[in-house]
Amino acid sequence: MVSETQNTPDPNAASVPAPAVEAASLTAHAPDAPHGDGHESHGPLHHHFDDMEQQRESNTLGMWLFLGTEAMMFGGLFLAYSLYRWMYPWAFHEGSSHLNITLGTINTFVLLFSSLTMALAVRCAGIKDRKWLVRFLILTWILGAAFLIVKGFEWTADYHEGLVPGMNWFYYNEHPAALPRLAEHGISQQNVMMYFVVYFCMTGLHAAHMIVGLALVGWFTFLAAKGRFGGGNDQPVEILGLYWHLIDIIWIFLFPLLYLIAGFHPGGGGH
Amino acid sequence: MTQSTINDHLDNPPGDPEHSTHHIVPVGTYLMVFAGLMVLLVMTLVAASFDLGEANLIIAVTIAVLKALLVILYFMHLRWSTKLTQVFAGAALVWLLILFVLTLADFFSRSWIHMPA
Repeated sequence: MVSETQNTPDPNAASVPAPAVEAASLTAHAPDAPHGDGHESHGPLHHHFDDMEQQRESNTLGMWLFLGTEAMMFGGLFLAYSLYRWMYPWAFHEGSSHLNITLGTINTFVLLFSSLTMALAVRCAGIKDRKWLVRFLILTWILGAAFLIVKGFEWTADYHEGLVPGMNWFYYNEHPAALPRLAEHGISQQNVMMYFVVYFCMTGLHAAHMIVGLALVGWFTFLAAKGRFGGGNDQPVEILGLYWHLIDIIWIFLFPLLYLIAGFHPGGGGH
Repeated sequence: MTQSTINDHLDNPPGDPEHSTHHIVPVGTYLMVFAGLMVLLVMTLVAASFDLGEANLIIAVTIAVLKALLVILYFMHLRWSTKLTQVFAGAALVWLLILFVLTLADFFSRSWIHMPA
């Protein structure tokens, strides 16, 4: 989506005369094809679109379609979560009581804040403020990295508490106090393990998306510093923003569903 | 030019700033949305500190949906997007509903799973 041939800062480059566009579309089908046909460089508008408005609409639609497939992928995990929580509510209560609500809250704040800085970065790209675009992208990257670092500390703590599922997983050995609670509610340690399977799959897939997001934001910061998103070519930043916000939305649901099941009464109370 | 015609039918004249894919939103709007997200975050924590039985889950999910709507409508600009984009976004929700409603209806309406007490 990033034009390799943006040589002109003219935002009105979209208004290339129609014959020129048609001639170009006959000679250059690949977006990055060299322009040896003598016509003026075409700016951010690709040959197969009528005008910038249509190109923007197409790019936005394509991204939303991709976000729809992302929703499908996470949707499968959310469905698994719903089923197992319905089947073993007490096991989910038990498992969730081991999560650190404070760190989860901090991370939720960090990610929501990064969505704000990303939205502001998109705005800066739109008003051609290169300096602040770079700054907001860097801030977004730092916040995203902070999220992953905190998540890393959480996973490390989970590992040391013996919560990472695997073969010969003995919840009782690590947490003997849980034994009477599980017996009282008629659930096995395998039921508790399902909570942690779901927890690590969901937060893991989310973190994988964060890593991709960080790589993209870092790359876009580099491009923005070079001035690649000036001259009416700001939409790639908007598309990146859509991806970043989707990651944020996934976490908005993960936080209450995974962390807040047991409320602030670890090991006790319940439904 | 057919695409332009479609756009016209979608009530999206190219120069219309209210329904353009290139909408500049005031900074104040973003700050308001962020403040709203913070309020909702505090609300979800407060709600979780009370043991309300089944209502805990309903409240938590409702607040999460409100937060997601704020992000989708304002940060992701869907409020100012073309109707076609809005349909694409809504389609994702419809597919999710099919996945959830049909699958869960099957599980909920049969007694084929051993349920613990």
